[in-house]
Amino acid sequence: MAEIDHQAELSRAGANVSGHWSRLVFYMRQHPLGAIGAAIVVVFVLSALFADALAPRDPLHTSAPDSLKEPGAAFLMGADMMGRDVLSRIIHGARISLTVGVASILLGGVIGIVIGLMSGYLLGWFDLLMQRLIDIMQALPLLVLALVMAASLGPSLENTIIAISIPLVPNVARVVRSSTLSLREMPFVEAARAAGMSELRVAVRHVLPNTLAPLIVLFTAQLGSAILVEASLSFLGLGVPEPHPSWGRMLSESAAEYVRVAPWLVIFPGIAISLAVFGTNLFGDAVRDILDPRQRS
Amino acid sequence: MSAYIVKRFLLMILTLIGMSIIIFVLLRLMPGNIADIMFDSAGFVDPEEKANIERELGLDQPIPVQYYEWIRGLIVWDLGFSYVSEMPVVDELQPRIPITAKLAALSLFFSVLFGLPLGVISAVRQNSAMDYILRCISLSGLSLPSFWLALLILMAFVQYAGTIPIYTDPPDNLWDELLLYSIPAAAVGFRSSALIMRLTRSSMLEVMRQDYIRTARSKGATDNSVNYHHALKNAVLPVTTIIGIEAAFLIGGLIITETVFNIPGVAHFLVEAILMRDYPIVQNLVMLIALVTVLINFLVDMLYAVLDPRIKYAD
Repeated sequence: MAEIDHQAELSRAGANVSGHWSRLVFYMRQHPLGAIGAAIVVVFVLSALFADALAPRDPLHTSAPDSLKEPGAAFLMGADMMGRDVLSRIIHGARISLTVGVASILLGGVIGIVIGLMSGYLLGWFDLLMQRLIDIMQALPLLVLALVMAASLGPSLENTIIAISIPLVPNVARVVRSSTLSLREMPFVEAARAAGMSELRVAVRHVLPNTLAPLIVLFTAQLGSAILVEASLSFLGLGVPEPHPSWGRMLSESAAEYVRVAPWLVIFPGIAISLAVFGTNLFGDAVRDILDPRQRS
Repeated sequence: MSAYIVKRFLLMILTLIGMSIIIFVLLRLMPGNIADIMFDSAGFVDPEEKANIERELGLDQPIPVQYYEWIRGLIVWDLGFSYVSEMPVVDELQPRIPITAKLAALSLFFSVLFGLPLGVISAVRQNSAMDYILRCISLSGLSLPSFWLALLILMAFVQYAGTIPIYTDPPDNLWDELLLYSIPAAAVGFRSSALIMRLTRSSMLEVMRQDYIRTARSKGATDNSVNYHHALKNAVLPVTTIIGIEAAFLIGGLIITETVFNIPGVAHFLVEAILMRDYPIVQNLVMLIALVTVLINFLVDMLYAVLDPRIKYAD
């Protein structure tokens, strides 16, 4: 019979964890992949926030003599056909990716929360109508819907955000609606209502906060795909327009003509997209494991 | 059950009608029409000539009339003419559909071929080094943009073969065709296989915690028998749903991949048509994609009931 080390078992389960720092260390030990993801996300966010200070050159500055300069001391990741510094464009591109990603998730999230909460709370014809609308929106692959939306709105930063946010609405609305349906029957909701609270207050103060855990899981999972869709739209020329340095468009500009002569134009922006999405996915997985124990892997 | 099928079918029609309205309105919201684009490139705009073209194409009609004309055409299978090539839409789409369908089928084949077994291995050896490696690979599959993967493949071709495969010429025989399509199919399928692998893994883990698995083990069944005979059979159920949804969503991935590889399929054609404001092509093609998606979802639901006798669609 093996001896059980009770103290070791307790600390492994997190019994002695107190304070923010030790809790963070505890989670990092429990989810090493998530910690790696979080580190990537932090780097991504920092370069987005401090792009102006971090970028060695002006991402928009063109110089003909430096056209297609190979990676070296002057240009760490080389220069593009207009002599712009690829590294600086990638650092500034983080800002575009993060802005579009976060903004579209927030916009889609708010619309989805409002629809889901009202659907689950009001039921009746409103619910029926919204459910059909969600069915319709889910009848097209995300990228196809985003593509048609982006084209019909016209290319701009704001329109790209709208085009990506709308296809994200159905999932959010579904999650919020199903939580609301089960929550509205709970005793504490009934108690709040019996205490004389208005329906709106009950919905916003008591029901909504209890739907947040699955929502945070969904949002972190969606961030990666929002970044990917932005890159794809920009790659097809229907996303963020010039002069914003978008990773997707950096790839499409270089794709056809410069694959042979300047492979760095293809390699570095692609690594940036992949790493950013990889980091948010790893981080999202850990967040899901922590917040949603039923799905723990 | 039959009442459920009828209800589902009616909802499907409703969804498609709704989709047609949304697509139609979205396309008319687009800044500029084909006439604008034609005159933009000419650099000179003769208002009278532009009005003529708009009249010829029916673009001067009120939007409800244009919508009615389109739906009437759909019903009598008259999809109109492409603005760009002036060929019938049916003739434009017909040769392109099989190309995309073959690509999608091949991608799906790859994704199940790799996704399912690797997901099972990952679950059976949970938290082993093998599991961590496979999970990292599958997550990277979800993170690599398919167009980047496609570009890397093309770069490798340039580097090692000196040429890139050409897709615009029809291949000579089935074997050539398979070989040619397997490259873009692998680029698209990588993502789906990652998704299928992740789902298989979590589904297997879920099933392996259940009582009947413990019973099987306590009765002395071998690991292999428990894992593959008892667990996998039940774990594969939710995976069929994802496979079905992926089949439809592959079209999204193909848009990019067909564009990068310059494959003359419908997905690539959709992007070209959107850029040219070729309404008849875009609206019919989007409706076709929606129809395929909705049909696949319907079939997956039905398949689910067949595979799992516990599921009965009562109402």
